[in-house]
Amino acid sequence: MENLIGWLVAAPLLGAAVLLCGGKRLDRLGHWLGTLLAAASFVIGAVLFLDMLGEDEHHRAMHQHLFSWIPVGGFQADVAFQLDQLSMTFVLLITGVGTLIHIYSIGYMEHDERRRRFFGYLNLFLAAMLLLVIADNYLLLYVGWEGVGLASYLLIGFWQHKPSAATAAKKAFLVNRVGDVGLSIAIMLMFTTFGTFTFGPVLEATGETSEGKLTAIGLMLLLAACGKSAQVPLQSWLGDAMEGPTPVSALIHAATMVTAGVYLITRSGAIFNAAPDAQTAVVTVGAVTLIFGAIIGCAKDDIKKALAGSTMSQIGYMILAAGLGPIGYVFAIMHLVTHGFFKAGLFLGAGSVMHGMNDEVDMRKYGGLRKYMPITFITFGLGYLAIIGFPGLSGFFSKDKIIEAAFAKGGTEGWILGLTTLLGAAITAYYMTRVMLLTFFGEERWRNAATRSPNAPSAEPAAETRGEHAEPHPHESPKSMTIPMIVLAFGSVFAGGLFSVGDRFVHWLEPVTGHDHGDSPLSATTVTLSTVAVLIVGVSLAWAQYGRKPVPVVAPRGSLLTRAARRDLLQDDFNHVVLVRGGEHLTRSLVYVDHKLVDGVVNGTAASVGGLSGRLRRLQNGYARSYAVSMFGGTAVLIAATLLMRAV
Amino acid sequence: MSAVADPVTVHSLWTMAAESPDKFKAPDIEYGQLSPTLIVLGAAIIGVLIEALLPRKARYGAQLFTSVIGVAAAFAAVIGLAVGDYGTSKARVAAEGAIAVDGPALFLQGTILLVSLVAVFTFAERRLDPVAHGNHVDSFAAQAAAVPGGEGEKEAIKAGFTTTEVFPLLLFAVGGMLVFTSANDLLTLFIALEVFSLPLYVLCALARRQRLMSQEAAVKYFLLGAFSSAFLLFGIALLYGYAGSVTYGRIADVVDGEVAEITPALAQTMGNDALLLIGGAMVLMGLLFKVGAVPFHMWTPDVYQGAPTPVTGFMAAATKVAAFGALLRLLYVVLPGLRWDWRPVMYGVAIVTMLGGAIVAVTQTDVKRLLAYSSIAHGGFILAGVIATNKQGVSAVLFYLGAYSFVTLGAFSVVTLVRDAGGEATHLSKWAGLGRRSPLVGAVFAIFLLAFAGIPLTSGFAGKFAVFKAAAEGGAGALVVVGVVSSAVAAFFYIRVIVLMFFSEPRADGPTVAVPSILTSSAIAIGVAVTLVLGIAPQYFLELAGDAGVFVR
Repeated sequence: MENLIGWLVAAPLLGAAVLLCGGKRLDRLGHWLGTLLAAASFVIGAVLFLDMLGEDEHHRAMHQHLFSWIPVGGFQADVAFQLDQLSMTFVLLITGVGTLIHIYSIGYMEHDERRRRFFGYLNLFLAAMLLLVIADNYLLLYVGWEGVGLASYLLIGFWQHKPSAATAAKKAFLVNRVGDVGLSIAIMLMFTTFGTFTFGPVLEATGETSEGKLTAIGLMLLLAACGKSAQVPLQSWLGDAMEGPTPVSALIHAATMVTAGVYLITRSGAIFNAAPDAQTAVVTVGAVTLIFGAIIGCAKDDIKKALAGSTMSQIGYMILAAGLGPIGYVFAIMHLVTHGFFKAGLFLGAGSVMHGMNDEVDMRKYGGLRKYMPITFITFGLGYLAIIGFPGLSGFFSKDKIIEAAFAKGGTEGWILGLTTLLGAAITAYYMTRVMLLTFFGEERWRNAATRSPNAPSAEPAAETRGEHAEPHPHESPKSMTIPMIVLAFGSVFAGGLFSVGDRFVHWLEPVTGHDHGDSPLSATTVTLSTVAVLIVGVSLAWAQYGRKPVPVVAPRGSLLTRAARRDLLQDDFNHVVLVRGGEHLTRSLVYVDHKLVDGVVNGTAASVGGLSGRLRRLQNGYARSYAVSMFGGTAVLIAATLLMRAV
Repeated sequence: MSAVADPVTVHSLWTMAAESPDKFKAPDIEYGQLSPTLIVLGAAIIGVLIEALLPRKARYGAQLFTSVIGVAAAFAAVIGLAVGDYGTSKARVAAEGAIAVDGPALFLQGTILLVSLVAVFTFAERRLDPVAHGNHVDSFAAQAAAVPGGEGEKEAIKAGFTTTEVFPLLLFAVGGMLVFTSANDLLTLFIALEVFSLPLYVLCALARRQRLMSQEAAVKYFLLGAFSSAFLLFGIALLYGYAGSVTYGRIADVVDGEVAEITPALAQTMGNDALLLIGGAMVLMGLLFKVGAVPFHMWTPDVYQGAPTPVTGFMAAATKVAAFGALLRLLYVVLPGLRWDWRPVMYGVAIVTMLGGAIVAVTQTDVKRLLAYSSIAHGGFILAGVIATNKQGVSAVLFYLGAYSFVTLGAFSVVTLVRDAGGEATHLSKWAGLGRRSPLVGAVFAIFLLAFAGIPLTSGFAGKFAVFKAAAEGGAGALVVVGVVSSAVAAFFYIRVIVLMFFSEPRADGPTVAVPSILTSSAIAIGVAVTLVLGIAPQYFLELAGDAGVFVR
């Protein structure tokens, strides 16, 4: 059975190879092949899952050693897999959601002439992501980490004819590099500290290692997680990443890849548990990002960017939970899985709306769409209820647990974190209700948007350039798109309950991550009631603002905060001023040093050699007599030196 | 030498005791082991006879034939001796102690003979110069005795005269070099030096074009050569005074303190270390002059530039091999007991030679002078291997000499091809864009330059690596550092020429590349082949040089 583990990766990898190298003759069948292999990977995962359930809960981890990758002296890197409950959770999420999104993409990308290549990239992503989660050592994990980065880059820039997409891909790639450097430094530190990269030995040895080293490793891992999971301060790429096709946003930039940072921190739990300072950094990052993302989500008119802000915020919850230590690991992963369902569903719904609205993304030009796309409305609506934490749905269970865990951290820290998460929940309710109202309720603003203000400045210039002045005809999407949405809606509704009844998920993951109830100052009921209360506040605020009165097609100027939030809370301006300008100054001064000092030394040496050459050359004056003098003098020196050597 | 060893009893003023006939012992000459030298010298004498007896028209063919056969047969004899284990287990001192037949001698003789064979080809080339009055002419003066620019010269050119004497001169020089590398006593060393130097002086004066410069070069070479010979001879005298013998083995014994008997006439001086040190230094100086080490190098650029290019190539390759052979033997056989005295001195010489050659080459504007300074720098690199004073050092130097001589000969052969109205166009500015106009010639010259610079996959790299490795193992790490630094400086001017050839616009009045006959073509082809083979698969030849690395004493 353990020999099957490698096939999880092999199947999509094969698909990627065939689709990317196969050429045009695969154009007609390529998408089916890609989908089939993704499904095959899911089936393998399911078989392994059933097998794992049959085992005793402490002996569920499976290992497969494929080959020795780099055996050099004390440096031993293997291609070996470890499939335990944590990896298995990810495998099922990745392959399950991945397969659904493959199916969805068949319809969504139907008219794209590069569909085969798109599926090749998707398969490549699946292979890399699976490698990331089933690797049994950090070095192999790094391979997968870079692989998903590559796939993400390729897919964000899939429509590379659009300069904005090409730029967004480049931005994502560059920002991710910063995080990747963190991971590579962490791996190097691990090798010098523990002499190995394998999870088992590294994580077992944390008890005997100095806290300082562990803190350093932990901070570097956090940097890596920030890059991949779009956490402050490396969050800026995620919003722009929405330039990619919507299925990509759903799969990579909502459900799976961006959660790799949470996986990394949870997997390295032993390191963080022994390094409280690093943990504090993790919760801080999580708390800041969860508010940061939520605020951005409130201000965006682009439906995908609003959802991207929400993703950032929800991953902030997960990172925060993971930073809480054993109190939170399980809930971080649980929220990750439920979020995988409802956020993927929301994105697919958004894609479906765009599909029916001539690729319009500005929510101010939507409105009243529930009549025209009922399935999308219902599935999106269920996803909406799940994310805001409507009691009984998935998000309610998982988010509630995180809020509880935050309070359970104890002390002032616990209060701060708990209140932050509650505030986040309120804002989440607000911005998601806003999205819902703007899109599916109210006046049908798309009807005469084109005629009413053809020259009005648009918040989304891209829509203008697409030349869609004709009135859109909203319609429901084809089955290949709606079926995945329906499946995901089921997940959004029931997954949380399924996991929470009888603490199933806790028991499932506990052998790997450990679990601790913590010491909460508030009772579970109090927390739940507060959560519901803030939910009601958020929804009411949004309804007051967007449900009761008509929504202007052109966004009002708004407050200072709104304007800042529209500009992603000035993240790009900050990066530009601090990093780009600073970097330019740095490189300029380096160039200056290089020119004046390094080149000066080099050129100076060359010039002095040349000058010396010219001077020595003058000794060669062509007169035999002076040559003879030189020889005579040379001989004298030779003799003198020989005698001197003897004398010494 | 043994004949005069016994003091003769004097009975009266007028008579002396007749030695009994049985006391005279005929010298024992191992003709077989001396055959390479004897064959070459025999061929040279035949060459002289050809000049005397054959009609002018027939001489060229006969000379070429004799030279090629002579050199090839001598090479075959060397191979025969090497196969017969004379280089290793049967190594011995022949000809009453005058000539050593051992590994280094055979290796170097083989190298010299191969180089000479290729040099014969370049000497015989008659397709490069424009046809003069219906005659194909070579690089040598029509009539050497005619005054440059005078009536006699014009008549000689009109008559289509050529100096076919260059072939026997070359053979005599080769014969001298063969003895030079294997000389086992100081007098033989000196005589061999003169035997190969005198023909070279004459050859240098024989250029067909720019005869005045050629003659000036020859005179300079002769004067300075005589000057250095005087030092060498004086050094020999001092060493004789020290050791009571000129044989290498005996001197070495005395240096080591194992002297058996003291010659009464030399009782005052024998064992006096001042004589040893001063004499040793003077003999060294004589050899360093031939090697072209700084500060005894000053003849090199002038002579290399003035001499006919085929002669320059021959000198640069073969003389260097012969001189380093003699130097190695002197230092490893005669003066090993003195190495704590000469090593630091040679250290200094090697450093100034490497740096001096490389630095002055940077500002040269003439290809031949550039190659002359390059040869000085390379002399310094080889000295680094000499200073290693270990077996690897000997092997590395042997290998380096073999590799370097073919690169040098090939490079000078290419120089003969690039011509304009005034003969060879040696000014570097005229070489601009040459690689674009004649890609093949440019590429070949680039290969030689890269080999000079020591770029991997050329013989220059393998040689330099072997020499530096031996020097480092021999405890001369600082020398290796200086060597690498000078290599870097040297790489600059080699690569500059490549850049000039390939990345500059060709000049409108640029030179043309003459199409050579099979002779020069094969010389260049052999050079390229050896350069690449020794660069890509040097192992066999390194092992060969390794096997040949032990001197006989």
